[in-house]
Amino acid sequence: MLRLFANANYDFIGVRRYAYGITAAVILPGLLFLLIKGLNYSIEFTGGTLLQVKSKTAVDVAKLRGDLDREGIHGAEIQNFGAANEYVIRARVAKPGTDANDTQAAAQAVSHALDQVLGKGNYEVVRTEAVGPKVGGELRQKAFLAIFLSFFAVLAYLAYRFEWRFGLAAVAATAHDILATIAFIGVMRLEVSLTVVAAVLSMVGYSLNDTIIIFDRVRENLRKLKKESFEGVLNRSINETLPRSVLTHGTSLASLLALAIFGGEVIRPFALVMFFGVFTGTFSSIYIASPVLMAIEKRWPGQLARGHLTPKAAPAPVTSRKPQTVG
Amino acid sequence: MTIRTRLLLIAALILLSVYFLIPRNVTLRERDPDTGVMKDRTEMRMPLKLGLDLQGGMHLALELDQSKQVSADPKRDIDLALTVLRKRIDEFGVTEPLIQKVGDQRIVVELAGITEPARAKAIVQRSAFLEFRITDKANALEKALPAMDRVLRGMGIRGDTAKRPSAVEQLLGADSASKAAKADSATAKKDTAGKPAKAAKAAKKDTAAKPTKADSAVKDTAPVVGGVLSGLIQPSGAAAGSVVPGEYVVPETAFPRVDSLINLPAVGRQLPRGVVLRWSASPTSIGVQSYRFLYALEDRPIVTGSNLEDAQAQLDPLTNGPIVTFQLDRAGGRKFAEETGKHVGDYMAILLDGRVQGRPPVIQSRIGRNGQITLGNRTLQEAQDLALTLKAGALPIPLKIVEERQVGASLGSDSIRDGITAGLVGTALVIVIMVVFYRLSGVLAVIALGLYILFTLGSLSMVDATLTLPGLAGIVLSIGIAVDANVLIFERIREELLHGKTVRLAVDEGFKHAMNAIIDSNVSTILTALFLFQFGTGPVKGFAVTLILGIIASMITAVFVTRTFFMIWLERRPTMSTLSI
Repeated sequence: MLRLFANANYDFIGVRRYAYGITAAVILPGLLFLLIKGLNYSIEFTGGTLLQVKSKTAVDVAKLRGDLDREGIHGAEIQNFGAANEYVIRARVAKPGTDANDTQAAAQAVSHALDQVLGKGNYEVVRTEAVGPKVGGELRQKAFLAIFLSFFAVLAYLAYRFEWRFGLAAVAATAHDILATIAFIGVMRLEVSLTVVAAVLSMVGYSLNDTIIIFDRVRENLRKLKKESFEGVLNRSINETLPRSVLTHGTSLASLLALAIFGGEVIRPFALVMFFGVFTGTFSSIYIASPVLMAIEKRWPGQLARGHLTPKAAPAPVTSRKPQTVG
Repeated sequence: MTIRTRLLLIAALILLSVYFLIPRNVTLRERDPDTGVMKDRTEMRMPLKLGLDLQGGMHLALELDQSKQVSADPKRDIDLALTVLRKRIDEFGVTEPLIQKVGDQRIVVELAGITEPARAKAIVQRSAFLEFRITDKANALEKALPAMDRVLRGMGIRGDTAKRPSAVEQLLGADSASKAAKADSATAKKDTAGKPAKAAKAAKKDTAAKPTKADSAVKDTAPVVGGVLSGLIQPSGAAAGSVVPGEYVVPETAFPRVDSLINLPAVGRQLPRGVVLRWSASPTSIGVQSYRFLYALEDRPIVTGSNLEDAQAQLDPLTNGPIVTFQLDRAGGRKFAEETGKHVGDYMAILLDGRVQGRPPVIQSRIGRNGQITLGNRTLQEAQDLALTLKAGALPIPLKIVEERQVGASLGSDSIRDGITAGLVGTALVIVIMVVFYRLSGVLAVIALGLYILFTLGSLSMVDATLTLPGLAGIVLSIGIAVDANVLIFERIREELLHGKTVRLAVDEGFKHAMNAIIDSNVSTILTALFLFQFGTGPVKGFAVTLILGIIASMITAVFVTRTFFMIWLERRPTMSTLSI
């Protein structure tokens, strides 16, 4: 039987302070970076125009930029997109007073300029997006609302299925994941598009999933092992679910890797964000959700709690489990 | 539940999914590009509906454009616009268009597989407001011009002279302009003599741009009053071939300027009551110059497009140019006959969206219910589009596009191919991991995974969901996550076995204990997916639907199907003491 971490007995909770340090070292500089540079919103959110163009022959992006600039398209972002002969040209709505007709006009101006630069018939516009700033603003609002409301729904569900303590701890872990992911998106300069927001929400679901699996085991062990300290129960539960975690994250990462490599340019940011999400989700389930649950239990002891009665129990109970797991 | 009923249930689910995935015939309604006749065509298609990002197409979000005309009742106008758009797009001939109201003030139009986006946009946005007006016979504009110029002078607008800062510059400017114009017209003459059409066209463009400057410069220095408008607006007179009362010509290059000047309220007030000014729809060339007609018209239309019953595009047998013939309804016909009877000998302008179409014809006798609009040098297709928009009715208020997305069909098929590649590679990796770790049990999980993919696609087709690019990514991702339930169960069975339980008991306990975690984690994922669905637009909604259906399918396959497999396995080998897990 091939079993990874079968007899795992790591003191996860004991080293939680180091873990806090690690996560702070990741999140804080990331958020600081965000404060300075801001998020790179896609035109869906800012309003603006996007053209994806495929030319017959590859043209250097810098040259294309210069040529378009000469044709009167100033300040457009031009990037290669996947292949050398595919480009994405973005013109964002800079001033607030502009309206949807301007984004339409911008699309026309860009394709007119392309006629001059690449020559009519030498290129093909494969994708166009023109979003009025009003629509963009609405969408941004909706995205934040969706993330925020999903918090409460999950909190309510967990409070119903477990106890509010568990719900709160899970939401704390989720908040951590969102912060970390936003920092990741910022540092990687990924474009925040609708697809990326979808990835963030899926990541929230995935991370919760992971947290719940551990909490489920915690709940079971709290009932079964009446004598063990709360910390011990947490550690034991994490260790017991470790093989599952490793395998599930493995298969998830495998399919995400396939998506990132073969799924095409539009999907890659989604795959990258989820890829990061798998790691932060695993991390937060162990190092955020569980310690927060312990802290809450200490502060407001629940029916099943007893950690506050025997704080910092000797590590003995943990080692005593060994014979069982060897089986 | 016995193994037999379980197997029957699984078989039923498989049959149901396969049934919903069998390619079937779809009837497409299309307009024949040559004849313009609507035709039905039948095509075999996968029943899975593809989103615009996968099959190519156009998504438009429209709102009332109240910049020129304020809507009195926006709610009612949006509903009206919706019905008009439905009729128009239906006539346009797009398969399964989506036209719906979103919220109170927005209409979303989705046209799949469309190849001429610009045309479709024009059809959606055109107001198509048709009206007939009698041209002014009293020379109202000519009489009002001096007063208008006085008003403009009062505002400090004095033609080109006002802009020139010094006399020297004025001289130089005027001089060089007229010199350039002369040189240009000289070359133009030479060109037209020597080379055919192409050169002449280019020359025409050049001369059209410059002589106006020269013209106005000459006028400015001329001893006559020298007002801005009287310099630019002239009665068409004999220059245009025939005399139409109320018709004026303006050089095409001066058209934007004159348009903005006559639209100044103070200027408009100089016109007598009951007279309005309207431009012709397209420029006309007289000699080497390009002009735009300006018409003084009665402000009361004799009939409008609301009385229109039918419209058809045709080729004029005489000129071979495209025309649109129309038929008015009974009430409209009566009114039309009555009014035209009163105005025999007068000229009638046909206006579409406030622009005069062609030159106004003279009314020779009473006109009944039938009439035609001559379109000049435009294509038959434009005539067809006009006919269909006229027939569908006018938009109460013009619409503006607030969001547009367009994906080419080639990009869509690339995305599908990439998605399928990623899916195959992902599945292969997951299969390897599962079989390496769980041996024979892993194989069972892989079979369950195959069923999972089948059920997900089948249920997507069943609820008529749209598969989008993020949705496709969601399916690929969920292949990795779907095995989670099996992993949970298998790990639990291993634990139970390690605790020394018998195979049968371990399997039972494993399934039983894993259930809580599976349900809790999946329900919370469904909750987040619901929010995603609520907030998302098109593609993201598709993703949320895929996620929700995928989770349900994975619960069925990982729990129910795998359990059945284990039951059969244990049934066949009742004395099994070690499990291949």
